[in-house]
Parts: sequence; structure tokens; C-alpha cells
Amino acid sequence: MHVVYPAIVSALLFSIGVYGVLARRNTILVLMSVELMLNAVNLNLVAFDVWLRDRLHGGQVLTLFVIVIAAAEVGLGLAIVLALYRNRQTVDLDRLRALAEPSSVTPATPAPGPAAPGVSPSAPGIASAGYEGPAPTPGAASAPDAGSAPGPGPAAAPEPDDQRTRAGGEGGMADDAAAPSAAGGERTTRRREES
Amino acid sequence: MTEAVPSYLSPTGQEIVFLLLGAVAVGAGLLVVTTRQLVHAALWLVVCFGAMAGCYLVLTAEFVAWVQVLIYVGAVVVLLLFGIMLTRAPIGRSADLDSGNKTVAAIVAVATAAVLVTVVIDGFRTAYTPLDPGTGAAKELGSTIFRNWVLPFEALSVLLLAALIGAIVISRTDIRGRN
Repeated sequence: MHVVYPAIVSALLFSIGVYGVLARRNTILVLMSVELMLNAVNLNLVAFDVWLRDRLHGGQVLTLFVIVIAAAEVGLGLAIVLALYRNRQTVDLDRLRALAEPSSVTPATPAPGPAAPGVSPSAPGIASAGYEGPAPTPGAASAPDAGSAPGPGPAAAPEPDDQRTRAGGEGGMADDAAAPSAAGGERTTRRREES
Repeated sequence: MTEAVPSYLSPTGQEIVFLLLGAVAVGAGLLVVTTRQLVHAALWLVVCFGAMAGCYLVLTAEFVAWVQVLIYVGAVVVLLLFGIMLTRAPIGRSADLDSGNKTVAAIVAVATAAVLVTVVIDGFRTAYTPLDPGTGAAKELGSTIFRNWVLPFEALSVLLLAALIGAIVISRTDIRGRN
């Protein structure tokens, strides 16, 4: 067996997978294309294992591992897709622009921002769910601050309040100033315990 | 490894079978990424994976072939079909399965294929291996997994457990994160 044959078949399958990932819109079809690419890699691994006559059978064992990892990957990916479908009622990749820049070209869904809760009244949890991603970041960033500055730090307290008011789309910066320092201190101590 | 290379013009029976199976796999893969029906894409994926399993069999990797049939055809495609069903995908033709950047994707894919095939042909033109059966049987592979690859095997089981728990946590709605 010429080694070129499996190598060419796997290269063609990999390119087909690349096309599918780039051209498909449905998330499940993109997952299928990823599986095609993984299979191309598996074919290469088996062919080179046979060619090199590996005594440890590294190629075939790695193929088995890749198959198992692909099964785990597709399970997790489908769980994510189903969670997405539950929240957004769509699995189209073009419509999922919650992480894009707000000033990009005319998204199909309302751009995530302060105006999002008003525009989509059918799913009120979407906008806040979209902000659960960025919300832990300032908390994690301010945790070392609370550690370096002991005691109730009012400087670290307004950050979560700022996030919440922006996500809720109501109130303003006055809410930050009116945040009780006792609650802020309690929050920082709790965060320090978590970290 | 690389002895006297037989001519490409007189293929052996194994090579003919492999090339036919490879053509089936590539054609089914093309249909997976171009069909307009979502369920048909999953079913063409079955054909593609089955042909790949045949390729593994021709390459004397029997155990990998059966694992491929069991896990890919048996589990992954069924999972994908469940995903299609649970996202209420339309049964039948749907026009919006392809996004707008189809031509760019085709250009990128053709460029990738051209580069890969050129490099592969240039690099492995003289590589030839005779196929002797039995080297990829379950006995050989099992003994080498549990002798030489035990630690990756165990780590992989932990990873599977983590993926299982993660999938459960993601897909359940009554588990809330701490706010």
C-alpha cells in the first residue's frame, strides 16, 4: 500500500471539513464538519502507524484516544447547543453576535448593550444571561485588590454595582455613590473567602 | 519501511479497495457539507464514517475500525440526530443552512486541499508499506494499551467523567451558578 493514498484521502476529508466549518450556518452541521476533520486526522494516524511499524502502536492508540475525545467533545458541544437553543430559540451561528463588537455591521438580533432588555421583551433573561459572562471578570480582577488592601474597601465595591446597573439598564452612576460601604465590605470579604 | 517502490500503474487489490472506500468517504463527506437537508447530512455522515472504518480495515487496523463503527456510527451520529431533533430543526429542505461566506469558504478549502495534497505527494511519493494482517488486532492493541499507555488511558477516563458531568451541568436548567 502506497502511503500517499491514505494521506491524500485524509487531506481531502480535512479540506471538506474546513469548508463545512466555514460555510455552514447551523451549529450542528459545524459540529459534523469538525468530526470530519477529526476523522481525517485519525486516518493519517493509522496509516503512519502501519507505515512506521510502531512497536508501541502509538498511532492506533492515539486514534482510539482521539475517538474518545471526539465523543466527549460532541457531547459537550451538543449540551452547549441545546442550552443556546433554550435561551435564544436559534442555533444559527450568524445570529449569535452577543460577543461581537457593538458597532459592527447591523446584527440580526438586537445588539447586546443597555438597550437589549427593552428590545427583546419575549425573553427577558437573555440580556442578563449574556452579561453573566463578563460579570465575574471584574470580580476576579478586584479580588487581588481586596487582598492587597485589607479592610472594607469602598473602591472595589462600585464595580459590581456598576455592572449590575448597566446590565439592568436602569439607575445610573448615582447608585454607585450611594452603595453602602458596609455591604461593599461584606461583599469583598465574601469574595476573599471564595478566592 | 521504504524498499523498492512498486509502480503506481499496477495497483494491488488492497489499494483498489482502499481507493474505492476513500472515494466513497470523500463523496459522502462532500454531501455532508453541501446537502440542504439537515437529517440527510447526519445520514451521509454515517456513510462517510462507515467507509472510513472500511479504510481502517484495509490498513489492518481492525480494532480501530470496530471502535470507529461503535463510537462514531453508533454514538456520535445518534447524538447528532438527537441534537437535530431537540433543536426542532426543520425536516426537509431548508434554504438557510449555508451562511453568506460560501465562496470564501470554498476558496479556502480548495487552497487547503491543494497545499496539503501537493505537500503530501511530494513528501511521501516513495513511501510504501506492505500490509500484513494481525498487527492491529484487539489482542496486540489491548496489550500495548495496558502495558505502555496506561497513564494516558486513565487520564482519558477522568476526562470522560469530567465531560459527562459538564454536559449534565450545562444541559440541566435547575442548576444555577453562584451570583
